[in-house]
Amino acid sequence: MSLFLEMRDVSKTFPGVRALNKVDLEVRLGEVHALAGENGAGKSTLMKIMTGVYTADPGGRILIEGEPIVIRDAVHARALGISIIYQELSMVENLTVAENIFLAREPLRASGFLDKARMNREAAEVLATLQMDVSPVTPVAQLSMGQKQMIEIAKAISYRSKIIIMDEPTASLSHHEAVTLMGQIRRLRQQGIGIVYITHRLDEIFEIADRVTILRDGSTVDSLPIAEVTRDILVRKMVDRELSQLYGKHVCHATSEVLLDVKGLTLDQPRPHQAKVKNIDFSLYRGEVLGFFGLIGAGRTEIMEMIFGMRASTGTIAIDGRQVAIHEPSDAIAHGIGFVTEDRKGQGLVLGMNVRENFSLTHLEAYSPNFFVNRQKETARCRDFVKSLGIKTPSTEQRVVNLSGGNQQKIVIAKWVARSPKILIVDEPTRGIDIGAKAEVHALLARLASDGMGIIVISSDLPEVLAVSDRVIVIKDGRISQTFERAQASQETIMEAATA
Amino acid sequence: MIVRDSPATAVLRPRHTAVGGRVSALLQVRELNVLTALLVVVALISFSTPYFLTTDNLMGVFRSFSLIAIMSIGMVMVIITGGIDLSVGSVMGLSSLVTALGFQSGLPTAVCILGGLATGLLFGLFNGVLITVIRLPPFIATLGSLSIGRGLMYIITHGVPLTPDTPDVFAEIGQGYVGLVPVPVVIMLAMTIVFSVVMRKTRFGRHVYATGGNEMAARLSGVKTGRVKLLVYMLSGLIAGLAGIVSFSRYLSAEPASGFGAELDVIAAAAIGGASLAGGVGSVEGAIIGAALAGIIANGVVLMNINTYAQQAITGAVILIAVSLDVWRSRSKGA
Ligand SMILES: Nc1ncnc2c1ncn2[C@@H]1O[C@H](COP(=O)(O)OP(=O)(O)OP(=O)(O)O)[C@@H](O)[C@H]1O
Ligand SMILES: [Mg+2]
Repeated sequence: MSLFLEMRDVSKTFPGVRALNKVDLEVRLGEVHALAGENGAGKSTLMKIMTGVYTADPGGRILIEGEPIVIRDAVHARALGISIIYQELSMVENLTVAENIFLAREPLRASGFLDKARMNREAAEVLATLQMDVSPVTPVAQLSMGQKQMIEIAKAISYRSKIIIMDEPTASLSHHEAVTLMGQIRRLRQQGIGIVYITHRLDEIFEIADRVTILRDGSTVDSLPIAEVTRDILVRKMVDRELSQLYGKHVCHATSEVLLDVKGLTLDQPRPHQAKVKNIDFSLYRGEVLGFFGLIGAGRTEIMEMIFGMRASTGTIAIDGRQVAIHEPSDAIAHGIGFVTEDRKGQGLVLGMNVRENFSLTHLEAYSPNFFVNRQKETARCRDFVKSLGIKTPSTEQRVVNLSGGNQQKIVIAKWVARSPKILIVDEPTRGIDIGAKAEVHALLARLASDGMGIIVISSDLPEVLAVSDRVIVIKDGRISQTFERAQASQETIMEAATA
Repeated sequence: MIVRDSPATAVLRPRHTAVGGRVSALLQVRELNVLTALLVVVALISFSTPYFLTTDNLMGVFRSFSLIAIMSIGMVMVIITGGIDLSVGSVMGLSSLVTALGFQSGLPTAVCILGGLATGLLFGLFNGVLITVIRLPPFIATLGSLSIGRGLMYIITHGVPLTPDTPDVFAEIGQGYVGLVPVPVVIMLAMTIVFSVVMRKTRFGRHVYATGGNEMAARLSGVKTGRVKLLVYMLSGLIAGLAGIVSFSRYLSAEPASGFGAELDVIAAAAIGGASLAGGVGSVEGAIIGAALAGIIANGVVLMNINTYAQQAITGAVILIAVSLDVWRSRSKGA
């Protein structure tokens, strides 16, 4: 395996933040190189330097096959054989698969017009090397998250990339899709392509990586062949402090008092490619953590969106024994419901606003009994949450676009917890969150439940659902397939109910 | 719960908080840049002509851009929500006409003024309903009102200006002075202060920024984004109505073409002042500075005896240069 790219003493400073401090990294062809580190450790920043999105501070060096080089921009990086698949996918939804793969380098005929036939043919060839069963003329909007990711990989391959960087590729994939992705990565490795793989799921590192480099607070802690690391060593190098135990002892705080009662909830006019959610009946008790599990596309998110007034529905919703009419999210919020949505960029955050403004958006009234917002009170409360959730930001005035993915996720959680709703729905709450913070989020949910909040947890991470829930409802094809008490719930029984 | 603090951020935190200061740092940078551009232009013009920096000329310039500046306050709020209001020019004209009609029918001054304001508010409401209830794109909705407003003026006036008798006190609004400062300029300053505070310090202001920054995220956080947009268009209409009253009071004649094309100057003022047509970004102060920049350049071009036919082209070019410098500077300061 030959050394392709080296980064030496690479640093990057943003106003108020030293994101990287003299980092070294070596990427070899035909090797899967995992990059591990807590939220805000600098993983994404390092990759953005490698792909020319950011320019490193003076002093560091980047070498390709031994030659020093200055990577000017993303186009230049791609010409050098470096491609990236971002944490948040960036595709043109209403173009076809082939059009996305060949975006900005569409094959032309001699006449200057698009050569669609050739484009579709070549796209089909690339898709075939990935053994993907998708037609080049399908609009990307119709694909699942996992398929979109495969298209990004196809695109990277079509550029004849020597190195493909994947930034948390499995964060939004179903289990099945993640398995497919692992297969693809092995295939790419066999073809001599180098992969840089960023993930917070440590199991994946042991499954796929040949080597792992650990970053902490912007510095390289170590870089080791995978054979020389164990899970414990890896965690210790990443966090450098005692971790609260992941999946610690579970205490049930559920009472017998019904908080939320849903009857016959049915989705009005489901769009094509959408689960037809029908006749959902369930109750949530005060102090209960209720898990919702199901394969991606089963309709879990749609159910919550109906309860939260984002989608038209029929059926009844009662809160504290009284039937309520919810037409808009603001109605749901007024009735004491909070919703940590799954898509943090699209639904969770106003990226251009700062940490404080995003935090307080759900409960601004708390700081403005009359017209004016009390900035002191608002800042103080926001600081408390930044501290208690360990949100890494230079100040509450930092714009959230500039935060790392995991820290953005924590803000979405904070803005709802701060409102102290009666009912809190969390959809994939720990997506992109590092293992230390994940334990903290679980502890937080348990504490909120013990204070009497009713919590609904949706997660595609089955161990997570099992660890935090008092009860688990399994959704399949838009209906409740089975409900499990904690004692009966196991990976096998739940998976069975979700797929059978 | 766990408290933790990484060395990297801990070391740097104090410095940043001191600099980061109060309002969003980026906004301040943008405004300071336009302000710098404005000062440079002022310096250049006053070096090349002695007539510029006289009290008379300055007050005249201020008064001449005050109408655009006043309307840019409503416009910038609309733009921050991610919308646009093309109807302000027509609404201003129609409101001055309604005020004039009031005087012609011998109604009391207060009623005439209220009529002008109500005209603006109604048009704003109309725009807001089209946009939030019928869900027309703001560009189309307000383009429609632009034509309807202007059309109504031609129907009412048959193309002939209206010049009713008005009491002397009414003329004070457009022609009077407070000390050395023309009344329209005083109105402009007062409105700037009020709406700047509204946008920076109130819940409504925050909701306006959130709606334009990410409407979905704002709605899911409980912001009634429909109501925010409705209010913003109503304010824009109301403010254009006020501008119409000031304009009628200044000329005491309601021309059928009054306010024609003004929407472009108003939108330009907001954009020069840093508002992004994509929404979420902009400020009232910025819009006023933008209006001032455009107004002062136009005046400078006149004072410097430049060929009349070339004036408009030169004004446009200087605005482009000033704003390019500003954009270039704020980018080189960023990451
Ligand atoms: N454009 C920027 N402006 C200011 N600070 C930034 C910017 N981009 C990143 N940072 C800061 O640099 C640090 C490293 O961020 P980075 O996104 O590289 O972390 P990460 O390791 O990818 O974390 P995560 O696992 O949460 O995705 C963070 O503290 C972040 O706030
Ligand atoms: Mg990242």
